[in-house]
Amino acid sequence: MLDKIGIAKRIAREIKDGYYVNLGIGIPTLVANYIPQGMNVVLQSENGLLGMGPFPFEGEEDPDLINAGKQTITTVPGSAFFDSAMSFGMIRSRKVDLTILGAMEVADNGDIANWKIPGKMVKGMGGAMDLVASAKNIIVAMQHVNKANESKLLTKCTLPLTGVKCVKKIVTELAVLDVTAQGFKLLERAPGISVEQIKNATEGRLIIEGDIPEMKIE
Amino acid sequence: MNKVVASAEEAIKDINDNATLMLGGFGLCGIPENTIAALVKKGVKGLTCISNNAGVDDFGIGLMLKTRQVKKMISSYVGENAEFERQLLSGELEVELIPQGTLATRCLASGYGMPAIFTPAGVGTEVAEGKETRKFMVDGVEKEFLMEMAFDSDFAIVKAWKADTHGNLVFRETARNFNPMMAMAGKITIAEVEEIVEAGQLDPDHIHTPGIYVHRVFKGEKYEKRIEQRTVRKK
Repeated sequence: MLDKIGIAKRIAREIKDGYYVNLGIGIPTLVANYIPQGMNVVLQSENGLLGMGPFPFEGEEDPDLINAGKQTITTVPGSAFFDSAMSFGMIRSRKVDLTILGAMEVADNGDIANWKIPGKMVKGMGGAMDLVASAKNIIVAMQHVNKANESKLLTKCTLPLTGVKCVKKIVTELAVLDVTAQGFKLLERAPGISVEQIKNATEGRLIIEGDIPEMKIE
Repeated sequence: MNKVVASAEEAIKDINDNATLMLGGFGLCGIPENTIAALVKKGVKGLTCISNNAGVDDFGIGLMLKTRQVKKMISSYVGENAEFERQLLSGELEVELIPQGTLATRCLASGYGMPAIFTPAGVGTEVAEGKETRKFMVDGVEKEFLMEMAFDSDFAIVKAWKADTHGNLVFRETARNFNPMMAMAGKITIAEVEEIVEAGQLDPDHIHTPGIYVHRVFKGEKYEKRIEQRTVRKK
């Protein structure tokens, strides 16, 4: 089974040289730490920055320089600032190559729910609806099952949707799956996890073809 | 063309009960903190606030929520405010949650003189309920879009880094965020800044918001610039 860092490491392998990438809050933020050395990748923060760098050194925090999670950050050589309209302009016009975000539920047709639990959580969707409606490629980092051991990979989302038919790939603590026209396609198993365990944890349609390799994580 | 006023109090002198205000900022970054303090002091009520976030319990718009000055919030994310959540769940506060890009672009539309925009954000979700939709071809594929209306706002209140006396504005780093679009979208736009220089002192090539959009400028008395999530690494 993968921990959060394992999920982040596995997702980092999906990033290609030359990509502009938007990372959501939570596990997706950790992905930045595992982008292979020497790879040219520019991180977009939707509050108005291309070229997000690491956290500042202690004492060098700048209140005018934060990421979309409101954390203090730094720039890197070649960074650019812009306003929120342009930020979502580059998202909407599909200039951002890859969006990585978390989810509470994903359906086997690619629907995603990650912004609202009626009566409980009323925080808002932030930029998630804009991102999922327009992204060229969306990878979701999520837990395969909830605390009650119920699947979060479903035939149909039960929570209010963030976007429809948009998720392309999912990395969970148990597996890597593609979202296809026929449902979730199992690509890889997490270390020590059997196909049977993944089957039991997946409520939505699951396609298993041939031998499913165990994923390689450093 | 001198847009400079002496104080926050003077800048908000005609903001009265039940006004619709746009307030710039993302989280607590780039918020018009001096104007918010003046609005709290003035005690205007029944406000509709268009702002990406609602501040935290004891800073930003959170201060106006505490004093029950806000009737309605139009925001994309309000997660960091317990008082907000309480007022929302008890029905004291009206809230419209809209996607962040939609919020930004509805401001932009106002400033560009366009009545509406089409966006894919929210298609197929509860955000789309009751809204007009239209299909357009995008990259050879038919895709559905929502029609979202430009905002109509009495005042826009923004925070810039520098201004000149003509109201030309320059923003700094990610404190720019919603401020330029909101500056363009207010019937009356008030900018509070850290420094005011004489006209001619800012390079015309470096102006982010031309002064034609800005009606009043004042220098903020002090800037706390509170950090919401202080994240650092060791040297």
